[in-house]
Amino acid sequence: MLQFPIYLDNHATTRMDPRVLEAMLPYFTENFGNAASRNHSFGWVAEEAVEKGRKQIADLIGATSKEIVLTSGATESNNLAIKGVAEMYAQKGNHIITAATEHKAVLDTCKRLEKHGCRVTYLPVGQDGLVDLDQLREAITDKTVLVSIMYGNNEIGTIQPVREIGAICREKGVLFHTDGTQAVGKIPVSVLTDNIDLMSFSAHKMYGPKGVGGLYVRRKNPRVQLTAQMDGGGHERGFRSGTLNVPGIVGLGKAAELCSLGMTQEIARASELRDRLKDKLLSELDETYINGSVDHRLPHNLNISFAYVEGESLLMGINDIAVSSGSACTSATLEPSYVLKALGAGDDLAHSSIRFGIGRFNTDEEIDYTANKVIEVVRKLRDLSPLYEMVKEGVDLSKVEWAAH
Amino acid sequence: MTYYFDHNATTPLSDPVLACVSRALRECYGNPSSIHSAGQAARSAVELARSQVAALLNAQPGEIVFTSGGTESDNLAVLGAVRLDGVAGKHAITTAVEHPAVLGACAQLVREGAEVTYLKVRGDGVVDPDEVRHAVRPTTVLISVMHANNETGAVQPIAEISAIARAAGVLFHADGVQAAGRLGTDVRELGVDLYSLSAHKLNAPKGTGALFVRKGVKLQALQFGGRHERERRAGTENVPGIAAMGCTAEQLVQQRARESVRLAGLRDRLESSLLERVPGVRTNAHGATRLANTSSLRFDGIEGEALVIALDLAGFAVSSGAACSSGAVEPSHVLLAMGLTPSEARASIRFSLGQGNDEAQVDALVEAVVASVARLRKLSPVYEHA
Repeated sequence: MLQFPIYLDNHATTRMDPRVLEAMLPYFTENFGNAASRNHSFGWVAEEAVEKGRKQIADLIGATSKEIVLTSGATESNNLAIKGVAEMYAQKGNHIITAATEHKAVLDTCKRLEKHGCRVTYLPVGQDGLVDLDQLREAITDKTVLVSIMYGNNEIGTIQPVREIGAICREKGVLFHTDGTQAVGKIPVSVLTDNIDLMSFSAHKMYGPKGVGGLYVRRKNPRVQLTAQMDGGGHERGFRSGTLNVPGIVGLGKAAELCSLGMTQEIARASELRDRLKDKLLSELDETYINGSVDHRLPHNLNISFAYVEGESLLMGINDIAVSSGSACTSATLEPSYVLKALGAGDDLAHSSIRFGIGRFNTDEEIDYTANKVIEVVRKLRDLSPLYEMVKEGVDLSKVEWAAH
Repeated sequence: MTYYFDHNATTPLSDPVLACVSRALRECYGNPSSIHSAGQAARSAVELARSQVAALLNAQPGEIVFTSGGTESDNLAVLGAVRLDGVAGKHAITTAVEHPAVLGACAQLVREGAEVTYLKVRGDGVVDPDEVRHAVRPTTVLISVMHANNETGAVQPIAEISAIARAAGVLFHADGVQAAGRLGTDVRELGVDLYSLSAHKLNAPKGTGALFVRKGVKLQALQFGGRHERERRAGTENVPGIAAMGCTAEQLVQQRARESVRLAGLRDRLESSLLERVPGVRTNAHGATRLANTSSLRFDGIEGEALVIALDLAGFAVSSGAACSSGAVEPSHVLLAMGLTPSEARASIRFSLGQGNDEAQVDALVEAVVASVARLRKLSPVYEHA
């Protein structure tokens, strides 16, 4: 039995796993202590739970517990990493390198730093969404303090060559931050083999609760320093003050453990569902294009442009399926996705794109329903489109001279 | 069985709030920024909570910014108000008894080039409004004074200070983390421009807080990345935490007055029993208006930490000061600022009461304190045995 709406927007957020909820519940009630209360058992029980959660997330990414700074989410982690490094290493230089397709939490933070005297290089990406390693190497100067390139993209799922980027940064003596929000828990990520110095992650993208995330901060080779962005109490070894969100951290840890246990099967399952959806859509519909790299892609991501169809109209037509036309953070705006534009897509194609994010709880049946529904609605919308009709009649739209009204 | 008397550190969830949070965790799983129905369900939960929190403060929903907690709210208020259009040459006023979240943010402002005046308090822990008036300079842009102190419960004359701030054209922030939901917190009556709250002090979950930002007040955001919270706080909203904070706010609107009378009765029972039965006990912030639930007592010749541990072994959770600095060997900055000597400060214990406490628990606590103090004093080389 299908249940509606079908949730296929797992890049925006994920439904919490019931096992995560179960792990969290005791920490709302009987074990409700403040982890900073060092003098009574309520505090110790809370602290123990925090340390277990910290270990679970550290294990997932190949870090040690002491390298995990717990935060309120990936936006805070990205802000802490980038501003924290820029301020701490201001003596060394003022140059940051990032990419045009980063999440807003990285881009907006970089823009803010530009107002405070930092110079930021926004690397372009190829049509596949990948940064060019030679361009990166050339962009690094003796003033560069940080390279921030995301692990997996939230819109097109492109997986960057993180290991190689990390190696270049290491060779040049520059710190490397990666926004791992979409990748951690979904694909194998190791801060050791991937040469990562700082990495942001979020619980609610991996079937954990909203309101909790973390930042990996390397302790050895090199030991990374950060300027705290929130003061008061000196929690998290001075990197991030504030009472720890104990149940949230328990949830983050449990979510990390579950992702780790099931990762191999989940990658196979998600990519099979994704390919099933993709194959159906591409075989039944013409003028349909996959955005981003096919090979270097998160297994659960599909981003497709349906030419001659307005993304928003398509969304309305399939309103029993929760998908999005871009990232959630910018979904209130009607501007075309800056990520797709960075790939070189025209506004038309950028406007006609849909992001499908497949998750742990999606089934074959849901994918089939979705494919059929999208095909039906795209056909219906194209029947109403004079442009599509002209194309079908063999008119080359690029040669048409449009009369002014 | 352990009885919990440390509600100024944190509180357990009440049953209705737990029901609310677990429902939101199960059902409102969408991202509130998503335009599909799953996202809109989450958005409605957030907006309902915003109006509930606003109602507790007599604010407009648009004046509530949700954050990750009291520390972030304080940082956003203090840093955000002073950083707007540049820090250099600006002056802020605060007090020596503030929470580390405000003091830490002020220290950061000093590193960035601002000047900060830290006002002394009287022996009862209260700031003299005249001191505030005299500290105001032409370059002053912000006054930040907590509504009620987390260690002593002393309540500051917020309305008087806000009148001074208004007359001087200076923004006024009050850290209401301990006061909200415990005292009347009508932001119009208080006259504050910015007011910080934390959910986990109010029987709601950790990881959520709010900042009241009076309409028209501009702040520089602390974190960037999306247009959440009207561009005042980027990041996906903690939907269940926010929903729970709304739920608790609604409960408090109905129950606060009655509950604070009940807690004051329990607190007075605790204090009068101890003052009567234990020699050499004094009340910190004596004479000040205090939070109904808070009692800070000092026991001559006692090491507070030792008493806290003895009480923990006996099944009572209390604190020797703020949770954030517990385990620290330094005496409380709050008590020192009130003129206590370091050894008097170290001899102090904070009892903070809450929803789950009743008379029987208080009586049991009294017995345990009487016994523990007597035992510790017997071992003390410095205490003069009467």
